[in-house]
Amino acid sequence: MDFKTTVFFFLSAILIFAGLRVITARNPVHAVLHLILAFFTSAGLWLLLQAEFLAMVLVMVYIGAVMVLFLFVVMMLDINLDQLRQGFWKYLPLGAVIGILIAIEMGMVLGSRYFQVLDSEVPGVAANASNTRELGALLSTDYVYPFELAAVVLLVAIVAAVALTFRGPKKTRYTDPAAQIRVKAADRVRVVKMPVEKQD
Amino acid sequence: MFNDFVAPSLYPAAPEIFLLFMACVILLVDLGVKSPRRTLTFVLTQLTLLGCAAITLLTSNTEVVYTFSGMFVDDMMADLLKLLVYGAVMLALFYSREYIQDRQAIPKGEYFVLALLATLGMLVMISANHFLTLYLGLEMMSLSLYAMVALNRESAISTEAAMKYFILGALASGLLLYGMSMIYGATGSLEITEVGERLYTYSVDKSVLVFGIVFLVAGLAFKLGVVPFHMWVPDVYHGAPTSVTLFIAAAPKLAAFAIVMRLLVSGLITQAADWQGMLIVLSVLSMGIGNLVAIAQTNIKRMLAYSAISHMGFMLLGIVTGVVGGDARFALNAYSSAMFYVVTYVLTTLAGFGLIMMLTRAGFESDELDDFKGLNKRSPWFAAMMMFVMLSMAGIPFFVGFFAKFSVLQAVVAAGYYWLAVAAVLFSLVGAFYYLRVVKLMYFDEPKIQEPIEGPLFIKVLVSANGLAVAALGLFPQFLMSLCAYALMRSLT
Repeated sequence: MDFKTTVFFFLSAILIFAGLRVITARNPVHAVLHLILAFFTSAGLWLLLQAEFLAMVLVMVYIGAVMVLFLFVVMMLDINLDQLRQGFWKYLPLGAVIGILIAIEMGMVLGSRYFQVLDSEVPGVAANASNTRELGALLSTDYVYPFELAAVVLLVAIVAAVALTFRGPKKTRYTDPAAQIRVKAADRVRVVKMPVEKQD
Repeated sequence: MFNDFVAPSLYPAAPEIFLLFMACVILLVDLGVKSPRRTLTFVLTQLTLLGCAAITLLTSNTEVVYTFSGMFVDDMMADLLKLLVYGAVMLALFYSREYIQDRQAIPKGEYFVLALLATLGMLVMISANHFLTLYLGLEMMSLSLYAMVALNRESAISTEAAMKYFILGALASGLLLYGMSMIYGATGSLEITEVGERLYTYSVDKSVLVFGIVFLVAGLAFKLGVVPFHMWVPDVYHGAPTSVTLFIAAAPKLAAFAIVMRLLVSGLITQAADWQGMLIVLSVLSMGIGNLVAIAQTNIKRMLAYSAISHMGFMLLGIVTGVVGGDARFALNAYSSAMFYVVTYVLTTLAGFGLIMMLTRAGFESDELDDFKGLNKRSPWFAAMMMFVMLSMAGIPFFVGFFAKFSVLQAVVAAGYYWLAVAAVLFSLVGAFYYLRVVKLMYFDEPKIQEPIEGPLFIKVLVSANGLAVAALGLFPQFLMSLCAYALMRSLT
């Protein structure tokens, strides 16, 4: 077992452990932290495949932006764990039977010889080839159309999010200095003529 | 290394580019529109669609043109479907104008922009020749539609419908993507025509391919809304504001037809034997469950939802019978009958929902079957229009729905599936019951509401024209039929 394979198995073990903890952790904050670990470890796996740029993007975008946001949301939400776990034991036997059945079925399909991963080598890459450059060039040449489409999908998401949540500007009560200076006594005080009432 | 790259020709994609540009312009212009009626936004939206139609007509030719490194295809089928999509969206927006006006909670400007972006998604789907662009077009359309369903923010039932639509739609997209990745694994290409060629030339791993096709068909079935992937249809049709139901019920069906044609016929025609069996099951189940459950509905939107399920099932029959046992003699006939079916269904459903929306007022949704009682006493003209729609959907002769059903059945019989034709006719008979029940309610029952039908004259004329088109196309179906056949002949080579 050479060094690369050792690193691969090391990272994979951590990845599987982190993935399991994401779904088993009682505390949602712990789950999110393990998800961060999972992402970071898979970034390491991508590095082994010499996809440096993608690995960096995974770390920066997912861990740096998405997961931090996620963490904020999870910390702010007051999730009642007991309520979520109600009925867990009641449903466990049925769920387990169904899960095992699905696993067996998948095993029967996937275990057949057709789904074996071919023993293929990662295509060799020249030592000075730049991942970022290649990806950038592809995105702006052959894949420019889907790239633009993805941008439009993001635009749709923004428009939709704003349309669904924005409820018009808040009417703040602020005073306009110019209007205050121009004001005359007659605007402020209204003199009302009333007949004098008799005192009891 | 990219020195040999040639800049793609933007000419075939001119309608899409114009639409995207105008959608952004309208988004900005709408910021300055103060009137609650948003007349400027509305007029600009309609003009944009008209402009797109003009560009599509001007740039259309009989050749099949590929651009963007083969990811975009412009053929006659795409041109015809795009023109029909513009028409369906324009009609839907005209009909919905008064409806959304009466409902304060719906943001008006965003409504039109989202409708345009959904249209853009449909155009991308129609012209997709690559799994990636097809998927992105689908997402663009679906995201806009999810948001449109939820736009009436004060209605809990709309929000619920939007959540169901969103979650099931995301699941369906996942299935579709999974299927695509399997097919990519088997053939090594994401380009649809390239996949077709490789399947034709090389022998590929069959089981991976079939595995992929199963997921692909399941994803497509979700999007078409056929049994057993139809759960979202009634809830979304019922829960969405009627104007959005109309939007979802019309143009997206054309786009869905296009992606079925692109994926199954352009890409996987060599595997026809594999997906035909699945489609037959989907189609028979849809016609059965759709028609039977529609009988039990008391809400006309729900009833039309189940009717949509059965109609999509019927349409699939046309796709099934294209190639039988490697014999493609009847392919053109079968596919053009499916296309004719979907086009006439969209026309009829537009008229139907247009009429339902004419009966609504501020604070009153006229979506129960009982609301149609005695419509003849309130307005004999619109009762007649509704009768045209119902009779056409039921497939009564000399309405357009009859010829649609007839041409699909012809293809089914030509392909030798006699039992399938018999089943289709039997289920259509079952369906005739609930369509005729609406006619009975309109003509033989006493009205609950006495108010006459109000609305702008222009919309009344438009709905009437739409209803009359359903009748007129039934008398002269030949033109539209040969148009569909011609477009497909030029596209399928």
